Amino acid sequence: MFRFILTLCLLAMPLQAEEVVLGLSSDKVAITATFEGSDILIFGAVKRETAISEIPLDVIITVAGPSVPVTVRRKDRRFGIWVNTEVVELDAAPSFYAVATTGPFDEVMSNTEDLRHRVSIGRAIRSVGAATMAEDAGRFTEALIRIRRDKDAYQVREGAVAIDEQTLFRTSISLPANLTEGAYETRIFLTREGRVVSEFDTTIDVRKVGLERWLYSLSREKPMIYGLMSLAIAIAAGWMASAAFQALRRG
Amino acid sequence: MQIYLPIAEVSVNAFLLLGLGGIVGILSGMFGVGGGFLMTPLLFFIGIPPAVAVATEANQIVASSFSGVLAHFRRKTVDLRMGTVLLIGGLLGAGLGVFIFNYLKSQGQVDLLVKLCYVVFLGIIGGMMFVESLNAIRNTRRGAAPKRKKHGWVHGLPFKMRFRTSGLYISVIPPLMVGVAVGILAAIMGVGGGFIMVPAMIYLLGMPTKVVVGTSLFQIIFVTAFTTMLHATTNFTVDIALAVLLLVGGVIGAQIGTTIGTRMKAEQLRILLAIMVLAVCGKLGLDLLLMPSELYSLGTGGGH
Repeated sequence: MFRFILTLCLLAMPLQAEEVVLGLSSDKVAITATFEGSDILIFGAVKRETAISEIPLDVIITVAGPSVPVTVRRKDRRFGIWVNTEVVELDAAPSFYAVATTGPFDEVMSNTEDLRHRVSIGRAIRSVGAATMAEDAGRFTEALIRIRRDKDAYQVREGAVAIDEQTLFRTSISLPANLTEGAYETRIFLTREGRVVSEFDTTIDVRKVGLERWLYSLSREKPMIYGLMSLAIAIAAGWMASAAFQALRRG
Repeated sequence: MQIYLPIAEVSVNAFLLLGLGGIVGILSGMFGVGGGFLMTPLLFFIGIPPAVAVATEANQIVASSFSGVLAHFRRKTVDLRMGTVLLIGGLLGAGLGVFIFNYLKSQGQVDLLVKLCYVVFLGIIGGMMFVESLNAIRNTRRGAAPKRKKHGWVHGLPFKMRFRTSGLYISVIPPLMVGVAVGILAAIMGVGGGFIMVPAMIYLLGMPTKVVVGTSLFQIIFVTAFTTMLHATTNFTVDIALAVLLLVGGVIGAQIGTTIGTRMKAEQLRILLAIMVLAVCGKLGLDLLLMPSELYSLGTGGGH
């Protein structure tokens, strides 16, 4: 009887047949004063109780920075000059987003699964009320993606995930130097014929450290002292340069 | 060498910032302008968020103006009395300007207004200075004595005050009005206002060019220090790392600029400032007239 229930359970949960065991080269990124970006190696293995399926396995890895609302403005010609006319407020767009796959995106993930899990860049941006703000709200989202892709803040790397024996996979995600702080949600999807068979979540912690941390905290927690400190530095620097030049002229 | 800026959250080249600070510092020392109208667009261009650029710029101007004003104090080319009168007017005007700015912000299109303000004022001031100083240079070449304009109505006003350093005995009303007007514009345009103040002092108040530069720097220090504190405590947008990089270049540049300035003739100084103002005006004007390569722009959510 027990064995029968167990079999039933296994049949009822085909998703759990293959699981991800994940490794990260580091789960923390420290932003120091001389931070120039960072490469993170994401690697793992597929743990399974059953034999390897005939249908090849695909892996999709996404890394997403903290999501914040974004205002997208469009310029138009009015009375001969170019001015901002239309505005669309997108509810939440990640500050950084990278998708790496084992093959062309359309082949490794179906549209329905993309819709459900919000994997592709377009789906990762939430814009519920956007359609009411402009007739062609979709073009504002496209513009956001285009602008951020040019800055490497959004990356689509099809075929960048290497997979061996349908079991071991790895990829490297390069985080640019212009990184914002926060928990970077990292997701791994295992798919077969576009359907998700397993999903795994973890976070990479991106934080300012040392002097960067101290200055940032001071500016938020004691803005008065921070402002006075800025002025003191400015006055001191101005005075020192003046004194130094006077000494130079005399000497 | 790349430096990550803690408040701006962008990574920039340290030497580029030192260089930018130096160039703007030289101009600041030469002409008595804070350099904000040049530096702020440059910072936008290298990818610093506008809010951080405007706030940090104010802090950097404090440093270069202080450095410059010390050099002018040694030469006794600062009219403290005139500077104080202008400053009182300036602070009143700045308060009024912030009020106007917030009203326009609620009506939308404040960006456009700021740009149009720039183009119109830079164009008028640059053009007027250019023509005037060109004539002055021609006159000195011909050997004619430069004539000082006397404003009759200015001398008829009450509350007369003696400004010894400037060699003026005029009513306090015109300098106070100049201060208020510059303060309003400075608050709307987000700059120290030196490029408006300097021509106003020369042409409206009739002050000698050499005294104008030091006096302008003197009052800019206070206006920008006030702005820095305002930004630091309300918007948290002053980036001290960015400010330090800019001001190291800036204070050195200001000393060099002051030295260059004292060796040049007043007309030459004015014509150079005029050309610079016209160049910035032309660039901003073209931006409005030509079709931009990217029609869309991004901003942080919530803000208009």
